[in-house]
Amino acid sequence: MRSALARRVAFFVGLAALLVIVTYQVDAFTNYNIAGIAIFATAAAGLTVLTGINGQLSLGHGALMAVGAYTTSLLLKQRPDLPLILTLVTAIVTTGAAGAVVGAAAARLRGPYLAGATLALAVAVPQIPIHFANIFGGNQGLSVPPPIPPKALGSNFPNERWLAWIALAAALLTLFLLANLVRSSTGRKLRAVYDNEVAAQLAGMDVARTQVLAFVISAACAGLAGALFAYWVGITAPTGFTLALSLQLLSAIVIGGLGSLFGAVLGAYVVVYIPVFTSTVATNLNLSTDIANNLPLAIYGVVLIVAMLAFPSGIQGGLATAGRWSLQRFPVLRFARQRLTGPESITHATK
Amino acid sequence: MSSRLTRSKPWAVAAVGVTAAITVAACGGGGGGGSSSNTASAPGITATTVSIGSTQPLTGPAAPGYSEIAPASNAYFQYVNAHGGVFGRQIKYTYLDDGYNPTNTASQTRKLVLQDNVYAVFSALGTPTHLGVVDYLNSQNVPDLLVSSGCNCWNNVAQHPYTFGYQPAYTIEGKLLGRYVSQAYPGMKVAYFAQGPGDEFGDDGIAGLNDELASSNVTVVNPPQYYAPTAAGAMGVKAEMATLQGEGVQVVICFSIPAFTATALASAASINYHPVFVVSNVGSDPPTLTGILTGGSLGVALPAALIGGMVSDAYLPLVSDSSNPWITLFKSIKNQYASSLPWDGNVLYGFAQAYTFVQALHAAGQNPSRLDIVHALENSHFTDGPGLTPFGYSSSSHLGYTGVEIVKTGADGTETAIGPLSTTDNSATGTINAYSGAPATPPSNGIPSD
Repeated sequence: MRSALARRVAFFVGLAALLVIVTYQVDAFTNYNIAGIAIFATAAAGLTVLTGINGQLSLGHGALMAVGAYTTSLLLKQRPDLPLILTLVTAIVTTGAAGAVVGAAAARLRGPYLAGATLALAVAVPQIPIHFANIFGGNQGLSVPPPIPPKALGSNFPNERWLAWIALAAALLTLFLLANLVRSSTGRKLRAVYDNEVAAQLAGMDVARTQVLAFVISAACAGLAGALFAYWVGITAPTGFTLALSLQLLSAIVIGGLGSLFGAVLGAYVVVYIPVFTSTVATNLNLSTDIANNLPLAIYGVVLIVAMLAFPSGIQGGLATAGRWSLQRFPVLRFARQRLTGPESITHATK
Repeated sequence: MSSRLTRSKPWAVAAVGVTAAITVAACGGGGGGGSSSNTASAPGITATTVSIGSTQPLTGPAAPGYSEIAPASNAYFQYVNAHGGVFGRQIKYTYLDDGYNPTNTASQTRKLVLQDNVYAVFSALGTPTHLGVVDYLNSQNVPDLLVSSGCNCWNNVAQHPYTFGYQPAYTIEGKLLGRYVSQAYPGMKVAYFAQGPGDEFGDDGIAGLNDELASSNVTVVNPPQYYAPTAAGAMGVKAEMATLQGEGVQVVICFSIPAFTATALASAASINYHPVFVVSNVGSDPPTLTGILTGGSLGVALPAALIGGMVSDAYLPLVSDSSNPWITLFKSIKNQYASSLPWDGNVLYGFAQAYTFVQALHAAGQNPSRLDIVHALENSHFTDGPGLTPFGYSSSSHLGYTGVEIVKTGADGTETAIGPLSTTDNSATGTINAYSGAPATPPSNGIPSD
């Protein structure tokens, strides 16, 4: 167990070092998109714990991100010089508390009723800032100053790279903590409740409590992502937190591979990069305006459909299948992998 | 901030330096038009091209109508390009879809600046969308010209020296509509129907109306009837019209987007309530309203004649005025370069805005830096363009058009000017002045020159 933890620490530290090198190699726009992927991965990883591991469907995670984003924006409105770490932690705590309230209600609901309740959350929460416009800035929203790189990094340090670092640090820390969580006894409880509630109850588990816990953890991740999202976008306004955001998160975890943290990261990559890619494609083809305007959305839809058909268990599932197949075909790979990672299967470990 | 940017791009400094040297040597620092050759004088400018970009709601809730603006501007740029461009440079206009979602605006704007390397952002549409990137654009010293929104917030020279408004600020519209109402309907009961609460379109408009009406001879019925620009908001409009009918309100002043102006007109008619509707320019374009009413998007197809008698305001020539030389010019370019676009207020807006941009680009000189176009705007009111009144641009104000004239719409959708052409500013104390400047006529080739 201790060696598994040590291996995981080593893995994440190595990954962090690699990503820092990457941020020095790419241009500012790519760094900006890397930050976006990290933010979506943070939220999607939290949603994976709730939906993919604990089995509670949430169509309202965009609303929880809004809670984190508005917490940060309101704090910065009062004190623009507040340290980043403080705004992030406050957003995590506030959204976690909101998650506890939602989770308490959600623990009583199953299937379509849970979907309906979280859907209502996604629709209702963006109306609150419009109604209480004097606090939340109404439709116009609250401006968020960009995080300024510390002077120690030099005056030429680009804002985009600093933003990428912050978002990557948050995402890696979240993924590291969640990876430990899902392999702990709590993780087994979360999964047991998903697999069979009655059996879990007979085994002495408090089902409702486990479900609320899953909601709190998941909401805390959404809160962190929401706070970073506010810095990333530069404004926190109701139009940024429509139902589409919640559905985007859900499609990220499904495309990536439901129940897998690595899948959540892959899914985040897909949902951030497809719009960038499709708008480039659409502008490069000289089409009539009506078609050009709607082409990116059409491509987005087609990619989602193809991804679902080609990888019913998500990209991560597809990769795992391909990996197993090649291990069977080429024994030398199996040998190499055993030498590298020990007898424990990679796919099992990341699941 | 600026020094950081400049230092990270030494070639830009070199280019600016070389340009300055050439300009000074060749034409004595004049505003262009000399015999010197074109240089890559700023990011986004080469010897043969100027790249500009925009974020627009091409899809999503704000797309109907507004998605026509950028293609219309682009049609004008193509016309200019076909006739030699500006100082021989072709204008390359990249407009990206943000679906009226600030998240997309943030990333699309960075794409324009960091990847497409545009010289300036032009006509970026929407208040919540563009507010998120205005700090960013200014920190990068990217000219942020002719923003498509009437928010007062674009006029903030100290914080946002690179950002310029375009259409009259909603407060200016509110003041001038309010002045007209107090003069045309003395003693009557007046109420507001506005987007909000907490929406700068409705709030800024009402602030301007209150400046004029609070202590006038009309009675203002409070509180305003607000609507939220959503499907649920539309369902509440009928009850709001019934409330106003119950109060005996005779004049309803609307700061509403077209879909909600149409809903208000239809709801009032359905309960046999016929007040005078006074509607802000944004929500009063007759072809757009006619399309919504007759197209069945309100549930049933309604008669277009519902817009008959509506009072509104205009800062550009009237869409239906086929005798106006600007309208003839823009309409013929549209038919040649963008025949699939309808002819309506949004298309006119896109054309007029593009014309002003070309004027500014000309005024910035043959080999402009980014600051040159900022100074060109600050040093001119562009009274020789399609606008009815001057722009408010100076080194201390980045307000767009400073005034409007009052117009009335007939049952056939034809607008006629009925009221004074006046100008003011967006402050509560700013006086209202009649504007008597003669309307300009377009140059014979339809392209501004110096």
